[in-house]
Amino acid sequence: MPFIPHTVEDVSEMLAAIGATSIEELFDEIPPHLRSSAEVRLPAGMNEMEVIRLVMELAAKNRNLLCFAGAGAYEHHIPAAVWEIATRGEFYSAYTPYQAEASQGTLQLLYEYQTMMAGLTGLDISNASLYDGASGLAEAVLMAVRANRKSKARRILLPKTVHPVYRQVVKTVVKHQRIELIELPYQQNSGRIAPATLAAWAGQDVTALVIPQPNFFGALEDVDALADWAAQNDALTIAVVNPTALALIKPPGEWGERGADIACGEGQPLGVPLSAGGPYFGFMCCRKDYIHQMPGRIVGMTTDRAGKAGFTLTVQAREQHIRRGKATSNICTNQGLLVTAATIYLSLLGPTGLRRVASRCHGNTRRLVECLETIPGVGRLFDGAFFHEAVVRLSQPAEQVLARLAEKGILGGYDLNRHYPELGPALLVCATETRTTEDIEAYAASLRAILTA
Amino acid sequence: MLIFDHSRPGRTANAQLPSSADDISAVPEHLRRRVPPPLPEASELDVVRHYTKLSQLNYSIDTQLYPLGSCTMKYNPRVCNTLAKLPEFLGMHPMAAEVAGQGLLACLYDLQEILKEVSGMRAVSLAPAAGAQGEFAGVAMMRAYHEAREDVAREEILVPDAAHGTNPASAVMCGYRVREIPTDRDGNVAMDVLQRAVGPRTAGIMLTNPSTLGVFELQIEEIAATVHAAGGLLYYDGANLNAILGKVRPGDMGFDVIHLNLHKTFSTPHGGGGPGAGPVGVSEKLLPYLPLPLVAKEAGEYRWLSERDAPASIGRLTAFAGNVGVLLRAYVYARLLGCEGMRRVAEFATLNANYLLRKLIDAGFSAAFPDRRASHEFILSFKAMAKERRVTALDFAKRLLDHGFYAPTTYFPLLIPECMLIEPTETESKQTLDGFIEAMIRIKQEAETCPETVREAPHTTPVRRLDEVKAARELNLTFKR
Repeated sequence: MPFIPHTVEDVSEMLAAIGATSIEELFDEIPPHLRSSAEVRLPAGMNEMEVIRLVMELAAKNRNLLCFAGAGAYEHHIPAAVWEIATRGEFYSAYTPYQAEASQGTLQLLYEYQTMMAGLTGLDISNASLYDGASGLAEAVLMAVRANRKSKARRILLPKTVHPVYRQVVKTVVKHQRIELIELPYQQNSGRIAPATLAAWAGQDVTALVIPQPNFFGALEDVDALADWAAQNDALTIAVVNPTALALIKPPGEWGERGADIACGEGQPLGVPLSAGGPYFGFMCCRKDYIHQMPGRIVGMTTDRAGKAGFTLTVQAREQHIRRGKATSNICTNQGLLVTAATIYLSLLGPTGLRRVASRCHGNTRRLVECLETIPGVGRLFDGAFFHEAVVRLSQPAEQVLARLAEKGILGGYDLNRHYPELGPALLVCATETRTTEDIEAYAASLRAILTA
Repeated sequence: MLIFDHSRPGRTANAQLPSSADDISAVPEHLRRRVPPPLPEASELDVVRHYTKLSQLNYSIDTQLYPLGSCTMKYNPRVCNTLAKLPEFLGMHPMAAEVAGQGLLACLYDLQEILKEVSGMRAVSLAPAAGAQGEFAGVAMMRAYHEAREDVAREEILVPDAAHGTNPASAVMCGYRVREIPTDRDGNVAMDVLQRAVGPRTAGIMLTNPSTLGVFELQIEEIAATVHAAGGLLYYDGANLNAILGKVRPGDMGFDVIHLNLHKTFSTPHGGGGPGAGPVGVSEKLLPYLPLPLVAKEAGEYRWLSERDAPASIGRLTAFAGNVGVLLRAYVYARLLGCEGMRRVAEFATLNANYLLRKLIDAGFSAAFPDRRASHEFILSFKAMAKERRVTALDFAKRLLDHGFYAPTTYFPLLIPECMLIEPTETESKQTLDGFIEAMIRIKQEAETCPETVREAPHTTPVRRLDEVKAARELNLTFKR
């Protein structure tokens, strides 16, 4: 029996101890007509050899494309040691560290993770992670509404330069909380938040301003001016940031005079494989004043009865298992295994490595764009600085172009027509440190062939 | 020793890194980072050794019995991990899934079908990333249903007092008021109170069955009839599905919407606190509201359904498709077990729990519901011991760590004082359970002969009992040089 160790003898001894004649008898409190087992139609079980064959055959139907897409998920090199260690059974098969004394490995790792994320974002504290970047932003919006006591309006300015699906997720999650989400348009020439559209909200009750950096188009927002605007208008600043980029660009804690209040984002770039969209993890950091409004698990250092340093979950009075309906969120776990990988990843890369990765992503995307711009009808849609993604306009509908590129084994980018039809045929492209000069040239040659055929 | 203590300026794990940095002069000066991030500077060996050592400080399923009630800490088969990590799955960008991921979508589609069948629901969405997110999605669907019928006076969700804390928290996130329903002496929902509570303001009730008290809710059909008659809906919290997998289907009990915890029932790893996966299933009337994306099969091809296909959907919960890697592990597990194997899960989980309960009662422990069959878990109360010997459930739990067992869930459910919720799961052998029983008996004797030893436990773990009050008062959440 798969994964069931009982011998026939064990079963009879156990039943005898219970005083039952069969296992079925143990279900005798359940009305017989609810016991539906005969009607459950499922395939028969398989042994390990059979299941490996089945899944390998299915996997073979997938094709791995040469990836030039980002749009919230990035192909980075993951050092071999990261998942070798993260999938050790002691990390892989443990649970939320309720018994701190028997979970010091996970707890210390989370404390180290919190330290690294707070350092990366330039903020005071970090939680132990949320589900992903999008749901993390939704939680940040809810948190800002709780934390900004000066604001009564429950009004969030959410620019169109924030990832379009993140905005959808925010809408889904905050829908029943009487929160007003105001979309801010972007500047046609730069693909950045238009400062003039913010002016219309000056002096009004705004709870928080969301600032993406880099934004969904890859463009770098003028974060100092935006954060200062928020501070002057008593609005909190919620930064949505790419963690790789933080090796190069100004951390949220240093934005403007005051710094951002909350920073969140997608942690996937830190050692988590693409895996078709998940599992990833969302990170969240904030000023220490807001700790009681923060959702999710938090680990703190303390001492044991002998005075030795140790780690435990803390500030749990915010959480659902204690506060139930009055909790800051219904979340009851973090994305532990992904955070384990991310912590090992950041330790291996260090400040030098992360900076090299970030700068190489930036350089590769710059070279990609330069290469693509030589193709007739292709060019950058926005001026201004970008990090590791850029928008290029095409002379033909992006959907068709992407399909042709896929035939040639290339994932050519993200079709912006889905969420930004006003841009015309346009692709969001990305070349991380994993792309070589040859890859970039191959992409450009394929695109040229498709567009000039 | 923290990873930061291994740090030396200028040390790197060179082999991991691109050979050089690139030119960043195109990034304007005022947008750049001035000081490098305070990350550790360590060698590859430093890092490998440090985190290997940290891992060894954990108790885990792979090293210990982990009888954590309501968490279903069963063995996580290695092959599920091996197959989910095939490069064809792992290397796939989320935008590539439709055009280049037909094999992946086939797995996900089959998983939807398997979960649909085993839960007795009309359709399943794999989108929620965890049980709590599944709960949110489920309650949001209930709300969407009532709103579509313009039945807007329904502003209350009923939740038994034994429920997981996530239930009321999820209901509140969906804009509902929560009304608690007490439990009767036998561990069932207090029917008289429920009958008085339901009415035109009832949006629905959230139930776990078997409940967190470790017993099957005997009046489930009556509850369903009562709530439905009042126009409300029934939500099934799948936390305890392991107890009845393949034997009783939530759909047959009358539930309209359910969530499943694949990290429990379908044995995907708990990973030190996640990732999980919390697929939701619905009956016919909630079909239009399922969260996105869904996988559809049309003329032998698979594709994601989007807002265009499902305009009434409650929407999206994560940026992409939920926790795909977790779903793949659950799919492999489901195929390994098949129909028979799933039923055996429920049978042997129940056998193990009832055996453990009987032996512990025989050894003088007091069960919260001695006259009921245990489901896959059961509750002991240490109220008398706490009173007579000043040894609490927590002390007892900590002493179990010294015997090499992870501790059961303590102080949950909240309505049983000094309680311990014990769930052995089906993958533990009789010999392991006997070892646990022996340890329980020895600690019980110790509580009588030298209670101090139990009160001061644990003694053999990497750290002794930790000062949680200090942790909350003198917050130290990040390392500062």
